[in-house]
Amino acid sequence: MFDNALFIGFPYAAVTISIAVTIYRFFFDPYSVSSQSSQFLENRKLFFGSVPWHYGLITILLGHLTALLFSRLWGLFTANQTRLYVLEITGLALALMATVGLVILFYRRMADARSQAVTSELDWILLVVLFLQVGLGFWVAYYYRWGSDWYLHTAVPWLVSLLKFQPDITYVTALPFWVKFHFLNGFTIAFLLPFTRLVHLLVYPLSYLWREHQVVIWNKARH
Amino acid sequence: MDIRAHVSMVFHLDKCIGCHTCSIACKNIWTDRKGTEYMWWNNVETKPGTGYPTQWEDQEKYKGGWEKKNEELKLKLHSKLGGLGNIFYNPYLPTIDDYYEPWTYDYENLFNAPEGDDQPTARAISMITGKPMDSIEAGPNWDDDLGGSPLYARNDVNLDELTDDEREQLNELERVVFFYLPRICNHCLNPGCVAACPAGAIYKRGEDGIVLLSQEKCRAWRMCISGCPYKKTYFNWASGKSEKCILCYPRLESGQPPACFHSCVGRIRYLGVLLYDADQIEKCASVPDHELVAAQRNMIQDPFDPEVIAAAKKNGISDAMITSAQNSPVYKFVKKWQIALPLHPDFRTLPMLYYVPPMLPVLAKTKDGNYDVDGLEKEGLPAMLSSLEKARMPIKYMASMFSAGNVQEVEDVYRKLIAVRIFKRAQKVKDYQQADVDAALSQGKTTAEEVEAIFRLTALPTYEERFVVPPLGREVAVEAWEVPLDHKREAGFGVRNKIAKRKF
Repeated sequence: MFDNALFIGFPYAAVTISIAVTIYRFFFDPYSVSSQSSQFLENRKLFFGSVPWHYGLITILLGHLTALLFSRLWGLFTANQTRLYVLEITGLALALMATVGLVILFYRRMADARSQAVTSELDWILLVVLFLQVGLGFWVAYYYRWGSDWYLHTAVPWLVSLLKFQPDITYVTALPFWVKFHFLNGFTIAFLLPFTRLVHLLVYPLSYLWREHQVVIWNKARH
Repeated sequence: MDIRAHVSMVFHLDKCIGCHTCSIACKNIWTDRKGTEYMWWNNVETKPGTGYPTQWEDQEKYKGGWEKKNEELKLKLHSKLGGLGNIFYNPYLPTIDDYYEPWTYDYENLFNAPEGDDQPTARAISMITGKPMDSIEAGPNWDDDLGGSPLYARNDVNLDELTDDEREQLNELERVVFFYLPRICNHCLNPGCVAACPAGAIYKRGEDGIVLLSQEKCRAWRMCISGCPYKKTYFNWASGKSEKCILCYPRLESGQPPACFHSCVGRIRYLGVLLYDADQIEKCASVPDHELVAAQRNMIQDPFDPEVIAAAKKNGISDAMITSAQNSPVYKFVKKWQIALPLHPDFRTLPMLYYVPPMLPVLAKTKDGNYDVDGLEKEGLPAMLSSLEKARMPIKYMASMFSAGNVQEVEDVYRKLIAVRIFKRAQKVKDYQQADVDAALSQGKTTAEEVEAIFRLTALPTYEERFVVPPLGREVAVEAWEVPLDHKREAGFGVRNKIAKRKF
């Protein structure tokens, strides 16, 4: 029963609230959507924190997503030992990179008075939750080896069952505590997304690539 | 031909006394909010000097504006893909220290301090952190009137091309010569800020060319701050949104000139419509450096030309707007008389704010503590008047600021301005020979009639002659059929917040 609440109830509730609040925020409070960059106030520490954090994390997240969406291909890829080694080591290195970046960002927020001036309580909560997530991820990858393979037979079928609205938690309930913590903390981040500055990942401006350089807006329609 | 209208500006630097009234008018209206304390959408700089933010003209440092690479016009800051890659850390972003840390004083301590041996002091308190500041290292107008140090003048980017002799010339009398440069957003035709914004939050209004930044679309990717070579977009660190000069469009829309224009004590500012050919923008921004000023002037069209009027009407420009363009003082200064030049055309953003360069003080030396103008009188010229040959401010310096290094362009302007002076002097004081006046007129490629007109609009213009505000009327247009108060706070600056309808 408790497992049902954790692995069915919580993910559904988190994602439902997240989507609803995101829609509300974009329609009724678009002004609040911002990355709230603090580079203008503190430049140097940000470089050593933000760059490894973003690049490390985005690559890892894309890895997670690819394995979920193309699990058959991913399974074929990890079937070869050499490729599995390379994947695991790359994953670990990226996780380390992201963790180090986040530690620097954490330190920056604590040590720099100007950064503190633009740090809200929600920012601190977000920082802690994100730090837990990458820390756990690194821990799991290190102590429960070959995660890039067993992920396909545990989290992936569980997530797919959730997506199909036919939840089956037997894939995950028997896993070690730290692994389960990592999963659930992931949904905590999804829940926090629309409430925090994390919304900026939804507005990453890809459309810049095909937009004209200049933007002209006419008040009256032109004929 | 794609004719569009543009609200454009002229600042007559000869009339600027550096009083900063414009800056204060602007600050009181727009930037007295949290996060904007350090912003001066209108600021006045002392030139030569390093400006605000420090060294803003140095595009090797800030990467603002455009550059020509392999015959192609490119943003100096980034390619589109590169911009998305640098989004987590913009390597060319100025930080608050390049402007200054805003502060207030702990005035309360003056009243509340316990009795002691010393006078209580009001310590400086940072308006960012709220903590006491050990030392104030920079402030608004820190180098005003060169701040008592020749260091600011020496670090001016525009001096790079000058020879040692020419640099020495600057320091001859009472150490240094300077003039004032008031700056607002140039509302460029090829703006770097718009092109650099990944979110597409900045745009140009089609009807009047005002460049605005949507507060709702801005996501704090902060590329506009680097992309603008004039550093006229600012980052509000508290709201996480960029902000910029809006040319007081709510005032323009109700028929008033912008606050900085209206409050200008020296009456140096002119505002009016220019008609331009939008088809030429890209071509014009791509010509070689020395042709930039001419190309930009060429893009501006004659509002009396029937062909231009027809094309304008086809584009939906109203008769009233065309009349406004015909009366525009800006058209006269920029195109008809050709004595107003864009600031740093080399940034290739095609700025629509033009400057009449200041008359240069005559070169003289101090001899036995006296101002020695012997050299001039030997040539038979009254010493108090300017002479291009004897100018103390090297012409190359002016060319670096106003004509992308094209000395001829600046010289032509000065010859004409000198002709105006000599002509009027001969008329009023009568200490010039007619031959000298004729020579000055022909050197200035001008006529007695034109000189009178320039003098009239420079020295004696009325309010209506200085500000020909186009009939935008959006702010008052609703009054015919609706209660304007119902629309209060619906449009305009700040956070949009619809208020409840009035009940009758």
